[in-house]
Amino acid sequence: MRYLPHSDVDRAKMLKTIGVNSTQDLFDIIPPSLKVDKPLDLPAHSPEYAVEAHMQALASKNLTGSDGPFFVGAGAYRHHVPASVDHLIQRSEWLTAYTPYQPEISQGTLQMLFEFQTQVAHLTGMEVANASMYDGSTAAAEAILMARRITRRKKIIVSGGLHPQYRDVLRTYLKDDEGLVCRPSNPDGTAQIIGEVDELTAAIIVQTPDFYGHLHDINTLAEAAHEKGALLIVVVTEILALGIIEAPGALGADIVVGEGQSLGNPLGFGGPYVGLMATRQKFIRQIPGRLCGETVDAQGTRGFVLTLSTREQHIRREKATSNICTNAGLCALAFSIHLSLLGELGLKKLARINHANACKLADALAGIAGVSVINQTFFNEFTIRLNTEAQPVVQGLADKGILAGVPVSRLLPTEPEFNDLIVLAATELTSEEDIEALVSALREELS
Amino acid sequence: MSMNQQGRPTGVKRSVTNSFEGASLLPLEPLLFEIGATDHTGVDLPDVELSSARLGAFTRQSPLDLPGLSEPEAMRHYVRLSRLNYSIDAGLYPLGSCTMKHNPRLNEKMARLPGFADVHPLQPISTVQGAIGVISELAEWLMVLTNTSAVAMSPKAGAHGELCGMMAIHAAHIANGEGHRTIVLVPESAHGTNPATAAFLGYKVKPIPAKADGTVDISAVEEALSSDVAAIMLTNPNTCGLFEPDVKKIADAVHKAGAYFYCDGANFNAIMGIARPGDLGIDAMHINLHKTFSTPHGGGGPGAGPVVLSKALAPFAPVPFVRQNSGKLELAEHAQGSKSLGRLTAFHGQMGMFTRALTYMLSHGGDGLAQAANDAVLNANYLKARLGAVFSMPFGEQHCMHEVLCDDDFLEGTGVTTLDFAKAMIDEGYHPMTMYFPLVVHGAMLIEPTESESLKALDAFAHTMLELAAAAKAGDTDRFTSAPHKAPMRRLDETGAARNPKLKWEKSR
Repeated sequence: MRYLPHSDVDRAKMLKTIGVNSTQDLFDIIPPSLKVDKPLDLPAHSPEYAVEAHMQALASKNLTGSDGPFFVGAGAYRHHVPASVDHLIQRSEWLTAYTPYQPEISQGTLQMLFEFQTQVAHLTGMEVANASMYDGSTAAAEAILMARRITRRKKIIVSGGLHPQYRDVLRTYLKDDEGLVCRPSNPDGTAQIIGEVDELTAAIIVQTPDFYGHLHDINTLAEAAHEKGALLIVVVTEILALGIIEAPGALGADIVVGEGQSLGNPLGFGGPYVGLMATRQKFIRQIPGRLCGETVDAQGTRGFVLTLSTREQHIRREKATSNICTNAGLCALAFSIHLSLLGELGLKKLARINHANACKLADALAGIAGVSVINQTFFNEFTIRLNTEAQPVVQGLADKGILAGVPVSRLLPTEPEFNDLIVLAATELTSEEDIEALVSALREELS
Repeated sequence: MSMNQQGRPTGVKRSVTNSFEGASLLPLEPLLFEIGATDHTGVDLPDVELSSARLGAFTRQSPLDLPGLSEPEAMRHYVRLSRLNYSIDAGLYPLGSCTMKHNPRLNEKMARLPGFADVHPLQPISTVQGAIGVISELAEWLMVLTNTSAVAMSPKAGAHGELCGMMAIHAAHIANGEGHRTIVLVPESAHGTNPATAAFLGYKVKPIPAKADGTVDISAVEEALSSDVAAIMLTNPNTCGLFEPDVKKIADAVHKAGAYFYCDGANFNAIMGIARPGDLGIDAMHINLHKTFSTPHGGGGPGAGPVVLSKALAPFAPVPFVRQNSGKLELAEHAQGSKSLGRLTAFHGQMGMFTRALTYMLSHGGDGLAQAANDAVLNANYLKARLGAVFSMPFGEQHCMHEVLCDDDFLEGTGVTTLDFAKAMIDEGYHPMTMYFPLVVHGAMLIEPTESESLKALDAFAHTMLELAAAAKAGDTDRFTSAPHKAPMRRLDETGAARNPKLKWEKSR
């Protein structure tokens, strides 16, 4: 067995040192009735090539992003990841290290996290960011809990433009308590929440670009929230958008959470991704998750450590700000490397290309009889309305090898008025040919 | 590679000295913000015209201030930074409770197959049958290994799995008209995530003391049980590295009182293929794929924490879950109209970790997994035997499971603390063990070698540990109190960092 170093001779020597006859003796404490008495019904160990063949066979049953035209977004985006990113994150020292509990031999991870925190703060326009969360949806859930701790109020108003699965996660985390007010999902792009804000409100949570692709007037929402002493939480599921649309922090957001997958991380069928969380300096003692801070060593040399851990579960136990332990270290590293490679210059260009391709896609689709683009504003994704039910059309296109976006009914099956909607995304990987192929196939499906 | 008398590869010793002493080879690396520039980039992209932008009034005006690096600069920055890290690949990493086992590279290769990496979670189900197949196969392995009938795959990490399991318990109590149960019993030796999770769900945490032998006192559990108790959260094997011999009796007592048994599966590596949690009476247990099933720890995540569930809790499992329909795999993605507790994350969970864990399971097979658990326990007991004459072990009279727990009695009168001892291990080229956990033992040192270590590696480690203990007792205090001396940095001021938090780079004024 290639992962186990001992020979039977080694094992015998060790048993002798321990003073027992067999490894079975080491498990004496387990009552015999609770032990497995015959081998489990599982395959035996396999050579590397056999495992590879098994996994290949599974992989080959999937239609991949490079197999044909691809327009799926809705919270996860197909971007190009530079080869150097994936090379670097596979270095042993990044891949096989753990949480930097011993800072003197973990400065690589710690400095990277400090740089990541700075990058996220700059990108979102906020004062501070944490060292990452599981993903965007759980970061959103942690943000509303944080807002409740800060304001000591209960009411959370959820915009109708929030990704439906994010909304479901909030409901699960709050067990649907009476303080959670979810506005109905609304594809028309109006926030419809300002009237709901009152003195009991802890926070408004709004997504921009929203699930349907619309951009939102964060400033007005922030003013409305602040007037009543509430916080504004802004969710960004396509973090690349902040290369070209205004930073939520510059518009008055109090907490910004996001999904960082777009930078450095593959689609990977939904995970692992990297949650982002940024806020104001004055709220740092209420942030969940790990924080990396600058300090000095015994000789006065600059170094980095995990800090403010008195917020965390391993110190505070039942009084912790969150039960979170693990973050998304390796995905945060991929994010940080990709963003370092892009820099401000590359990020802006990349965002412009994405927007330009989405504009081309929208214009091309708008020219099809039976299709209308519902957005006035968008970044790299938008929503179209068909003159028929969307799901069978998307399935028909998939059968032809075209992944044409997400029918809204997949996420909101109980709201039949949205059955004619598709959310589509374009990225730098979308070509003119892809758009032409989609347009002609969609025309055919609708005729 | 040659060996010295202690069986220690001499090449390793030399490279440790080089990497942690030779400043010429390892200068500290400036920050990205000190070497990059906003007009540098490492990605070639065309300039495009935005003739008909649809950005409304929302175009970015505020500065980004994000420095870029060309590809060679980026390679150098991140390679240099990486060399300041300790890693499993570079040495023994005996971090108790974290199961720092070898991370096979086949796992990485399989996770990067385009059929897994380049697939969107919301593609039509007909186009992702292989991806759902991975989830389904992995779920099957987990259920067989634990003898349970359901598994919630979506939790993102161990603590997220705890949340999932405890939410399922909460939902079950509500459904059974038992919503008045407000207390969760948690042994004092538990991971901090256990009480944090219970409190998160609004439960009152009632600590359960341990017996003198380090295991849970069943009479204390029986005494604490009442019609107000919702659940017990028990780690087995526990955080003292011991199997709870009364686990089944505890489960029976808990069930008799109308409560559920949540098991923290962080230490499943010790018993996989040897005992099945379902047979021990658990109702829910998370499994850390990044511990037991070898997915990389990645400097602190991503993890993955699927939760196996008993028949009683299965109906409350979160969405999504896989089901079969006339030979095709489907994903149930919506909780409406079912007892499901709802959704814990967008999409379907840590797919990239599923691919790696399944690859690992197929590689080991059922026989290899049981052998791995055997070797993990063998290795821990071997270290226990090698260190036992010198190191003080509070529960030393019994065999341990996959980790060995010491306290700081052996350092009494030396002026050396557990922290000092740990820092001195760094100078010898080792990552320290887990310190000061579990809390029930004074100055705890929790050592988990895992099955990945060879006999020679264990001997070298034991030799170093004994030599350090001898030095501490001999009064060589300064070697400890001012350690580490040979790491990239000397001891860092953590108190100062917390007193005056500086969480991002600022331009120097």
